[in-house]
This record gives sequence, C-alpha cells and structure tokens, in this order.
Amino acid sequence: MTEPIISTHGLTRRFARTTGRGRSRARETVTAVDGLTLRIEPGESIGYIGANGAGKSTTIKMLTGILTPTAGSVRVCGLDPVRQRKELARHIGVVFGQRSQLWWDLPLRDSFEILAAIHRLAPKQSSDRLSELSERLQLGEFLNAPVRQLSLGQRMRAEVAAALLHRPRIVILDEPTIGLDVVSKERLRQFLASERTDHGTTLLLTTHDMGDIERLCERVIVVDRGRCVHDGALADLAALVQTERILVVDLAQPHAPITDIPTARVVGCDQTGVRQTFAFSPSDTTAAEVLAAVSARAEVRDLAIEEPTIESIVRRLYEGQTR
Amino acid sequence: MAETDSGARAAPPAQRLAAHRVWVTLLTSRLRAQMTYRTSFAVDLLGNLGIALLEFTELWVIFANVKALGGLSFAQTAVVFAFANIAFSLADLVVGHVDTLPRYIRAGTLDAFLLRPASVLGQLITSDVSPKRITRTLGAVAVLVVAVAHLDIEWTPVRVWALITVPVFGTAIFAALFVTAAALQFWLVDGAEVTNAFTYGGAYVASYPASLYQRVVRTFFTFVAPATFTAYLPALVIFGLPGPVGLPAWLGLLTPVMAAVAWAGAVGLWRLGIRHYTGAGS
Repeated sequence: MTEPIISTHGLTRRFARTTGRGRSRARETVTAVDGLTLRIEPGESIGYIGANGAGKSTTIKMLTGILTPTAGSVRVCGLDPVRQRKELARHIGVVFGQRSQLWWDLPLRDSFEILAAIHRLAPKQSSDRLSELSERLQLGEFLNAPVRQLSLGQRMRAEVAAALLHRPRIVILDEPTIGLDVVSKERLRQFLASERTDHGTTLLLTTHDMGDIERLCERVIVVDRGRCVHDGALADLAALVQTERILVVDLAQPHAPITDIPTARVVGCDQTGVRQTFAFSPSDTTAAEVLAAVSARAEVRDLAIEEPTIESIVRRLYEGQTR
Repeated sequence: MAETDSGARAAPPAQRLAAHRVWVTLLTSRLRAQMTYRTSFAVDLLGNLGIALLEFTELWVIFANVKALGGLSFAQTAVVFAFANIAFSLADLVVGHVDTLPRYIRAGTLDAFLLRPASVLGQLITSDVSPKRITRTLGAVAVLVVAVAHLDIEWTPVRVWALITVPVFGTAIFAALFVTAAALQFWLVDGAEVTNAFTYGGAYVASYPASLYQRVVRTFFTFVAPATFTAYLPALVIFGLPGPVGLPAWLGLLTPVMAAVAWAGAVGLWRLGIRHYTGAGS
C-alpha cells in the first residue's frame, strides 16, 4: 500500500467566539471541523462538498498549513502542514476562487516570473512549464496585460496556472469555478482533467457546482457541521440521493401540463401554462432528449436547466439516512 | 522560523535559484510597478522633500528664539535631527508599509504568503518599497553635512566610526520598530493608531535632544522603543558631551548592540504573531 498523499485522523478545529455585548458578553466555542478522518491516495480526484459553513474552508486551511488543528493529526505529502509549511508549499498548489495570489498591478507574465523565483525554479524549468500552461489554458492573449484588467474568466485561468507553475503533486481548489460563465468553466475543467491524466496530479476541490463534481471527481466527500457524512464514489452518491435535474421551459403559447413524456415528469406549471418545469434523472435521459420531447408537443421560446444544489444533495442525504 | 526545510523532494540545490534572488525579484517587481506612474512618482519625490524642509524649518524657528536646546547648540541639534531623519526615512522607505498588515489579513493576502515557500515576514517587507521617500533622506543628509562642517569636532577613530555607522544601525532600529508595530497588529486588530506612537512617535522623539524630555519618556524611548540610540546618544559620543541623568553618553556606543536586540525582539514577536494567526497560540 502506498503512502497516502493526505491523511487526517480525528482532525478537529474549534474557534472561540465572543457573542453579545457588555454584560451579556459570553465566549462560546464553535466546532468547525469535528473529528475528521480521511485518507486520500496519490492521483485521486476528490470533490469535497458541503453547505456554507460546513467546515470545508477550515479543513483546507488545516491541510495547507494556514491553520493549526485544535486536535487530531494531519499529514500532507508526508509533512506536517504548519510546522513544515515552506517545504509543503513546494508540493501543493492552492487556488482560492475568491482571493487572488497574483500581483494585480503588474503584467500577468511578471506574476509567473515572481512565483518562479519564489519556488526557485530554474529558468528553463519555469519557461517550459509556463509555455505548457499558457498553451493549455490559452493565456497567450493576455500574458502582457496587467492582472487588474483581466476578466474573471481570464483571471481564474491565470490563478490556476499560477498555482500549478511549480508542478505540485496535489492541487487544492476552493470554489474554482465560482462566477464563471459556462465556457470558462468547461475550459477550466478540461484543463484540470488533462493535468491529472498527464501528470498524475491529485485534485481536491470544493464547489457548489455539481458540474465540477461530475466532470472532475471520482470520489466525493460530503461534510456537514464539520463531520464527514458521506465518503464514496460519485456514482454511489448519485444513487444514494437520486439527483434529479430540472428543466424549465417557457412555451410560446399556453399549453396544458405536458405529462406524457415517459422519462420526465412535470413538477411545476404556472397558471397560464406558459412556464412548465420538468424533473428528470440524468441516468435515464438527457436534457436534450427531454427538450426535444417538449418541442415535439409545443413551441419552446426559452429554457433553463437547473442543477441540483449541493445543499439539496446534503439534505436528501440526510433524508435517506433517517428514512 | 520553526519550519524545517529538508529539501528532500524538491529540486537539487544546483537547479535552484539562490535564496536572495527571490527577494531581489520581488523588490524589482515592486519598483517596476511604481515606475509605471512617473508623474505621480515625481510628485511624491517633491512631497517628501517638502516634509524634510518643513521639519527642519520647525527646528530653525525654535533656534531663532533660543541659543541652546537641551544643552545642544543649533548645529549639534541639527546633527541629532539629521541622524534621526536619515534613519527613519530609510527604514520607512524599506519597511514602512508593514503597517498594512491588517489590510493584508482581511484581503487574504497573508494566506497567500503562507502558501508560498518563503518567509512571511520577508514577503511582507518586499511586498512594497517606497523609493519616493529617498528625497527626505537626501534632505537629512544635506543637513548632516552642513551641520558637521559648522562644528569644531576633534575626529577620533571612535567618532568617525560613529558618524558612519549610526545611520545604518539607526535605520535597523527604526525598521525593527516598524516590524514590532506590525507584529502587534496580530493581536490589536486595527491598532495602527496605537503602534504609530512607537514608530512615528519614536522618530519625532529621536529628532530632538532627549534631555528635553521627562525622564520617564526618555527612558521609554531608550530602553523600550530605543529611538534615542538612533541619533541623540551617538551624537553625544561625537560631541564628547555627557548625557542627562539616567542616560550616560557611553550608551551611544551601543547603537549596533541595540539594533541587534531590537531585531531579535521584533522577529520573536513576529513569530508569536504568526503562531497566533494560525491559531496555535490562541
């Protein structure tokens, strides 16, 4: 058995919080991560999901050495993240979707140059890697633009390239696709998938986007209130919670609820009959087939597809357990 | 830092860049960013020269009314003023921006620093540099040259040594005060107002003969925030004058020692601050 790339045992983090004011001031302890035990092998791709405040970011901070655990142990790449922070930083790449690690007032190219110096990469090493990343993430067109002028999609691609410049063995991404348009999301997912295939990079990502999980993750860990509530293959989770997709269509003319599509059921229909909502399971059919079936019966003017939210999956997970 | 660096899995040393290249690259990148705004840089240069002139005018006005200040003549006081201003403006130029730490904490920049294989304090110090403050230094150097030329000093080797090294160690002392003040921000969220009393306040105190101040003030700015070591005390050595009660002039020879002590304290407090931030100390 190989050495796991991440292992935690009873990992716990509590925060002291003061509540109230004046005389009613009191200190209470909040447990953000509660006895988390995980084992992740090199090359795995993990979706780490949970509702807001479930303890995802706290876990990531403990894995990367930003936060010291209150109790329990954590090893990443065989290192103690806090005590061996600098050494670990050479082996991990971290992307925070909502904070930048680029130098906003310099051309993007300069950020890579500085990071190469910080990681002490040899000039050949870094220029080869940069041209590889630049080609795959299509950074070429804005490498010379100041970071502050980049669009969100461009900036996220740049952030990912920055985190991967030193060829880390493990990449941790916290909400990497937040706020991105569909094309940018897809591009990023494709890149991460190919990076993993080509270099055997381990991926750990938190997301609220089921698309990220489906495209990138083989294993899904669900946390709730700091505890692991599910750890298994993505297929198991899908089977467990029966994730349904929602297709919302606006019809050109009012129409009675379209109930005769075998693979989809009507879950909503407004009073005029113009907006109808269908639920279907991606294991039985595709959004395109359902749409085609609807179009065959009435003219469709507009449509939207709703992915199940992480929150609804976690909720259903609970319902499944208590039933 | 307490972190170990075994280098076991990283590239062999021959392939790695030398450590100092990291800091040189970081600093030159900051300079490059600033030079993109040439007009604003020129205005800043003038502004800082203005500060130097204004502060010296203050001293000039005082000496229009008195013959001596705290036992020192105008030229002697000007030397004290110049030493303090050279040291403070250089320290401000190199590390003065470390008081932005609370903003870095809020913006998550500090977390980004922690994710890189380099010292966090080093990254904070090299995250900015203010070459615009050089005119204030140059103004103070001019004051020093003119004042020294007006004084009739018997130049012994010790006095020459003091004249040359005091600006260097004085800068180190003020830089250590800046770092100490920044480290305190880990506990005092938005306490910059308080810690400015040590840095900017220390610079003000250091610009005048310490014999002017109440004993408790001068003791504080000698043995706690060692500002008098940057100018007044070594100036006494150069002038061959005795110090006031509680501050013998020979202390002025200890400026390098005080610089080392101040840095040891600053780095120690910084490490505690980082431990507090990562939650090990709270």
